[in-house]
Amino acid sequence: MSAGGVGLIHYLVVAALLFTMGVLGIFLNRKNIIVILMAIELILLAVNINLVAFSAALNDLVGQVFAMFVLTVAAGEAAIGLAILVIFFRGRGSISVDDPSRMKG
Amino acid sequence: MIQAIAFYIFALVVLLSGAMTIASRNPVHSVLWLILAFFNAAGLMVLVGAEFIAMLLVIVYVGAVAVLFLFVVMMLDIDFASLRAGFVRYFGIGLVLAVALVAEILIGVFAWDAGGIELSRRAAPVDAGVPNITAVGYLLYTRYLFIFEAAGFVLLVAMIGAIVLTHRERSGSRYQNIARQVARRPQDATRNVRPEIGQGVQL
Repeated sequence: MSAGGVGLIHYLVVAALLFTMGVLGIFLNRKNIIVILMAIELILLAVNINLVAFSAALNDLVGQVFAMFVLTVAAGEAAIGLAILVIFFRGRGSISVDDPSRMKG
Repeated sequence: MIQAIAFYIFALVVLLSGAMTIASRNPVHSVLWLILAFFNAAGLMVLVGAEFIAMLLVIVYVGAVAVLFLFVVMMLDIDFASLRAGFVRYFGIGLVLAVALVAEILIGVFAWDAGGIELSRRAAPVDAGVPNITAVGYLLYTRYLFIFEAAGFVLLVAMIGAIVLTHRERSGSRYQNIARQVARRPQDATRNVRPEIGQGVQL
């Protein structure tokens, strides 16, 4: 793991910064659901980097197996989220986040 | 040494492209930056020897999820300029929250690094002689078989859900009528003709 002076802590810092960027992205693009979904993907990517880094540092493969499951859920979430986005756009003609609060039933 | 250089390049590009993903004006550019971030995260994972997850990241994220995003962004005719209205308004509170969050996570990371946290027994120690993909496959198809199948079900439900949500009946499309096809008899469908030579046929 610590080849060339790169250790676990470096990976954790990168993942922490990436995670924070994802959260910041949700705040900055309050109106644009597509970019919010992308920010969620960034957050899940940061989680995956954490899992893989710990897996390598602790010599334990379970982290990588778990990262695969996170990947699966991320793919499903993106598909469902974009499908909802498409039907929302068809019905309303916009994808502003402020509009769904008016959705009924 | 080469590992350190590669790590810093990958890490820098991941962070930069992550920042550009959330900050670019055009969502198409956002998707492209997201793809760059995924590629470099895959590079980071190759560096620690997790080749399988790295390749999965490239195939699943870049090949499927990012392309799905690209399709949706380009398919919907949206005035993206109006969607950026709140960008400046939420920048302050977002930045405060982000700084608080990153400070908290970094405190956690460095506290962990300082030691003193007792770790449990390794669940699946890495065998140096077995390639990464083989080892992950052994684990997935034995101990985590049921969770693996559950993941497959998650994907199946997502697929069916996406189809059900976006499917719509179009008026004027012609569908196959199987009952009519099965009930069709040869004498209804064909007729015998004996055309005169050189006269052509009438259809």
